[in-house]
Amino acid sequence: MTESLIPSVGVVTEIRIDTPDVKTFRVVGRNGKKCFNHMPGQCAMLSVPGVGEAMFSITSSPTNTEFMEFSIKKCGCLTNWLHMIEKGQEILIRGPYGNHFPVERELKNKDLLFIAGGIGLAPLRSVINYVRDNREDYGKIDIVYGSRSKDDLVDYQEIINEWTADKDVSVYLTIDRDQEGWDGHVGFVPSYVKELDFDTDKTVLLCGPPVMIKFTLQGLIEMGFDKAQVYTTMELKMKCGVGKCGRCNIGSKYVCKDGPVFRCDDLEELPDEY
Amino acid sequence: MYKLPFEEINKLFEAVSLNTALYVPVKKNDTVVYEKYSENTIYAYDELNTVKSAKDFFFPQVQDIAQFKLRGKSIEIINNEEDYESFAVFGVRACDAKSFEILDKVFLAEPADPYYKERREKGVIITAACEKPDEVCFCTAFGIKPWEPSGDVSVWISGGYIYWQANTQKGLELTGKIKDIFNACEENEIEYFKAQIKNICGKLPFGNLDLKYFKETDEKDIFSSSVWDEIYKGCLGCGTCTFVCPTCQCYDIRDFDNGKTVERFRCWDSCMYSDFTKMAHGNPRKTQKERFRQRFMHKLKYFPMNNEGIYSCVGCGRCVRSCPQKLNIVKVAEAFSHD
Ligand code: SF4
Ligand code: SF4
Ligand code: FES
Repeated sequence: MTESLIPSVGVVTEIRIDTPDVKTFRVVGRNGKKCFNHMPGQCAMLSVPGVGEAMFSITSSPTNTEFMEFSIKKCGCLTNWLHMIEKGQEILIRGPYGNHFPVERELKNKDLLFIAGGIGLAPLRSVINYVRDNREDYGKIDIVYGSRSKDDLVDYQEIINEWTADKDVSVYLTIDRDQEGWDGHVGFVPSYVKELDFDTDKTVLLCGPPVMIKFTLQGLIEMGFDKAQVYTTMELKMKCGVGKCGRCNIGSKYVCKDGPVFRCDDLEELPDEY
Repeated sequence: MYKLPFEEINKLFEAVSLNTALYVPVKKNDTVVYEKYSENTIYAYDELNTVKSAKDFFFPQVQDIAQFKLRGKSIEIINNEEDYESFAVFGVRACDAKSFEILDKVFLAEPADPYYKERREKGVIITAACEKPDEVCFCTAFGIKPWEPSGDVSVWISGGYIYWQANTQKGLELTGKIKDIFNACEENEIEYFKAQIKNICGKLPFGNLDLKYFKETDEKDIFSSSVWDEIYKGCLGCGTCTFVCPTCQCYDIRDFDNGKTVERFRCWDSCMYSDFTKMAHGNPRKTQKERFRQRFMHKLKYFPMNNEGIYSCVGCGRCVRSCPQKLNIVKVAEAFSHD
């Protein structure tokens, strides 16, 4: 196999406004079909000629056979541009890149605890929906998701309409500060997780901003979890996606190729440079 | 093995260049560079090495990827039709010849880089033994033998003759096409010359550079060593060391809008640059210390960890010669060997 770095054309067929700074883009190939298949947790390089190219986690589940989705936060040149486009716009796409959550191995038959903060739901949504679509292969599902405010919860409608409606799926939402029209939990994710006092035999999938990951992991350890039970994803600057441009390493590991999914005990073995 | 009087070397170049494009080190504006052979080419045989390494031949400084045309909401992709010429590079030194094996580990690893692969298949490497390794050469620290350079063909220039020995299938094929120009010779005619080079190498100050610390210490421990706090000081982040280095592999992918199309290309990049890992929301390598550390950790620890203990340095000495601040891999290795 070779990797030419030449992208193919993808068409943005749907744009959903999730929060003031997050939109979810639906992408298919020019033939109306999915651009490529992927596994939950894998990423794709999206680009706009002359604007930039960057790596994004694929938010949709592989079990979605019609299209791919990307939840993208506005935070730089390329993402600003993407936030301005309209339906029908063509972009460039290549992938899939990276490893994935071990859905066929370590996660099988386990009770799963998903913990996400903010845009960190994007990579987890792919696994959550994959697991929901292969429900008999996994144990109980708990999802803790928090954001700054109610308006910053990504995929709010899907969470309310679909995830909470599933039996065997418990969803716990929280927002940082109290807000009118919100009767759910208020508080940061790390402390909410401790409050919920989960059984420590669960396998945890944790994604979010670095501070949130740090404190949540600390809390989990205090609760009796082992780092080897916790999976997370890393995000570094990337150019090639295949471990050659030399950009995305944490010590001897390349996030684009050996990651983005890491088990927290393995991550701890690496130099602290992320 | 064959030989040819050295004064007839252009006969050899002529013969090779009838079969394939040929590149030869020449002197130009006080530096040594590779030039495509023509009848006016004067081979700079007494110069130790080219300023930039020979990696350009396989991993060019700029590589076109594709072009894009934007029309309304649609994007047209125009693939580049690239003709990969078959070529031979003459006079590559033992260190640079070894560097290709190191680059192979990166660019031929799955999924292979098609641009590099294509060029690698098309290129014949003709190495030349180093008559006078200088005081900043330390290839022997990496087990390289400048008296016995690898490559598809090896040559030795000694006693008024140029000796020619094919080592690989590619080398044999090229030899088969040009062998009429050569005289026969005994295998042992250059043994003394080889021994002389070996003798010089034995006396080079950095030839036995001690890398035990890097070999035996855990990556996290080297990474957090306080040696880094001082040793990077003075580094300007100019990237010179990475650009001249035969084993530096980092690249960037960029777009250039020429008014009609957007050209996407990749080009060499440097981990010594401040924006190398900069993202919209932060930079994990905030100061020059982290960038400097990355360059040497990669060469002396991370790369060997991923590649059966092989270092990503061939001791060519280029970074020693060209750093404006006299910082280099030798200084780093020595600082840690005293640790
Ligand atoms: S080590 Fe020297 S050559 Fe390399 S970036 Fe620093 S100053 Fe430039
Ligand atoms: S690090 Fe310096 S001595 Fe080693 S291969 Fe690169 S330029 Fe040559
Ligand atoms: S993105 Fe190029 S090495 Fe990871």
